[in-house]
Amino acid sequence: MNNAAAQWTDTALQALIRDNEVHRAVYTDPDIFRLEMGRLFQSTWVFVGHDSQIPNPGDYFTTTVGAEPVVMLRRADGGISVLINRCSHKGVRLVSEGSGNFGKFIRCPYHAWTFGTDGALQNIPLRDGYDGTRFDSTEARLGLARAGAVEVYRGFVFCRLSAAGIGFQDYFGESLSTIDNMVDRAPAGRLEVAGGMLRYMHQCNWKMLAENQTDACHPMVAHESSAGTTVRIWGEQPEGTPKPMAVEQFAPFVGTYKFFDNMGIRIWSNGHGHTGVSDSIHAAYSAIPEYQAAMVAAHGEERAGRILGEVRHNTMYFPNIMVKGPIQTLRVFKPLAADRTLVESWTFRLVGAPDLLLERTCMYNRLINSPGSIVGHDDLEVYERAQQGLQSGQRDWVNLARLYRSGEGADAAEVVRGTSEAQMRNQFRAWLRFMTGSGEVAS
Amino acid sequence: MSGMTQRLIDFVLDEAQMLDDGRHAEWLDLFTDDARYWMPIAPGQTDPLLHNSLMYEDKLLLRIRIERLSGARTYSEQPRSRCHHLLQTPRIQSLDEARGEFQLRTAFHYVETRLDRQTLYAGWATHHLVAEGERLRIRLKRIDLVNGDAAFGNISLFM
Repeated sequence: MNNAAAQWTDTALQALIRDNEVHRAVYTDPDIFRLEMGRLFQSTWVFVGHDSQIPNPGDYFTTTVGAEPVVMLRRADGGISVLINRCSHKGVRLVSEGSGNFGKFIRCPYHAWTFGTDGALQNIPLRDGYDGTRFDSTEARLGLARAGAVEVYRGFVFCRLSAAGIGFQDYFGESLSTIDNMVDRAPAGRLEVAGGMLRYMHQCNWKMLAENQTDACHPMVAHESSAGTTVRIWGEQPEGTPKPMAVEQFAPFVGTYKFFDNMGIRIWSNGHGHTGVSDSIHAAYSAIPEYQAAMVAAHGEERAGRILGEVRHNTMYFPNIMVKGPIQTLRVFKPLAADRTLVESWTFRLVGAPDLLLERTCMYNRLINSPGSIVGHDDLEVYERAQQGLQSGQRDWVNLARLYRSGEGADAAEVVRGTSEAQMRNQFRAWLRFMTGSGEVAS
Repeated sequence: MSGMTQRLIDFVLDEAQMLDDGRHAEWLDLFTDDARYWMPIAPGQTDPLLHNSLMYEDKLLLRIRIERLSGARTYSEQPRSRCHHLLQTPRIQSLDEARGEFQLRTAFHYVETRLDRQTLYAGWATHHLVAEGERLRIRLKRIDLVNGDAAFGNISLFM
């Protein structure tokens, strides 16, 4: 790490990010990956989980934030903590199961040290063995490390690992409107994580996934094989055959350039942005009358219409999640190594909505985000080919120039054409800011 | 062993060979019009609709998947994937000749390979078969991987 920090000075990092292209090292260099874990994923607000996963005191959910193993838990006072999942004694990961309940305290499976749900060290067996050992001066006495800051926004739990840094509202700003819209789609005004999650291993850098979420020039090319085959076979069905939900979900992936261009992209500061400003691949799904009625009953005609009329496609929350309000999914791009990323695809139930909504969500997730998805196969193939191609030392730069305008990057929200690569450039401006800035390396 | 029992076992073995041979059109024709091919993610999963699955496909989706494999612009299948089934002798779970309904469970190891990558999967296949005239057909083929909740790369063919 020290070598990496010494080699990748702020000046060296700045030289990797140009206005309209980025150096291949940001995808391939293991030292840069370590710096991302030590800086970017420490100083930004990163998604942890959802409060519906831990309804009762002592409930926990384990995950990672960058390279840090963390546990999200419900305290006795009803609040939510994010603790580092490492015993302060020998470093043992305290819990290995994805979720469960601690009871009143967290007990290490190795030597039975116990910690409160606030992370404080409570008890050690044979405690008098530490008398006169200056134990109080050791790091272990501090108990479990904690996230620097935790925020629960409408059920979504985020943390910033660093103790000091940008505040939650300053970091996300108006981009939270996508989460608002997804939650507002529930007649009861809340979501529940439902249906398990799909996990899909990618042998490529996590940023390739982050960029692809707002890449509107790839669907009609990369997905010709899957969505294109669907449209062709569907076209052979006798006229009047009812259109299956699966065809409704696949077919828009081979929309025209004009369709995707007209969708538009909205860009916010700190690397956030979304496609689907005025139209999207989710805009033409069949209405579900029972659901519409529940929404009108909950919100009134006018507000229900406004909520359901928002058809945002992919919202990237920098650094590593994407949210789809109209279809209630969330994807996490978990960085494992410079060339390895675990993609988790989550599904949500709109509380108060008919089951058909969750059925539609699970179908979308299965058709698009599963290791068995033919759309997923199209994408993973090009990511992995890119990871391999970027090993070449004969060319160093990845191009991001589409619809670039000089002076880009003013902080105000702006809407650009759907086929612009402006959101990718926006992400790299944020990347550079959170990779340099403080210059502190926390791990 | 009764003639029907042997016929059911042979059906399952022949079906796996069709997949290993890449005879996908012939394989698809084994399925009834209302058939499903299901790969749950959770052990003992009972719900294919309100829970995530790796695959839950009707005949239309299976046909799309098969025709896609040989598409000129199906880059993820250039070069093509290949597969290998190693089956334990199928066990008959239910046999109702009067109704023409049969259920078999078959432990398997399945290897999928493309380029220099080879992936081993282990699990159990459950076949729900029905008699249609002289033919046996598949109404449901369910694949329970021993680790269906693990993170996989592409699963490109059929187990």
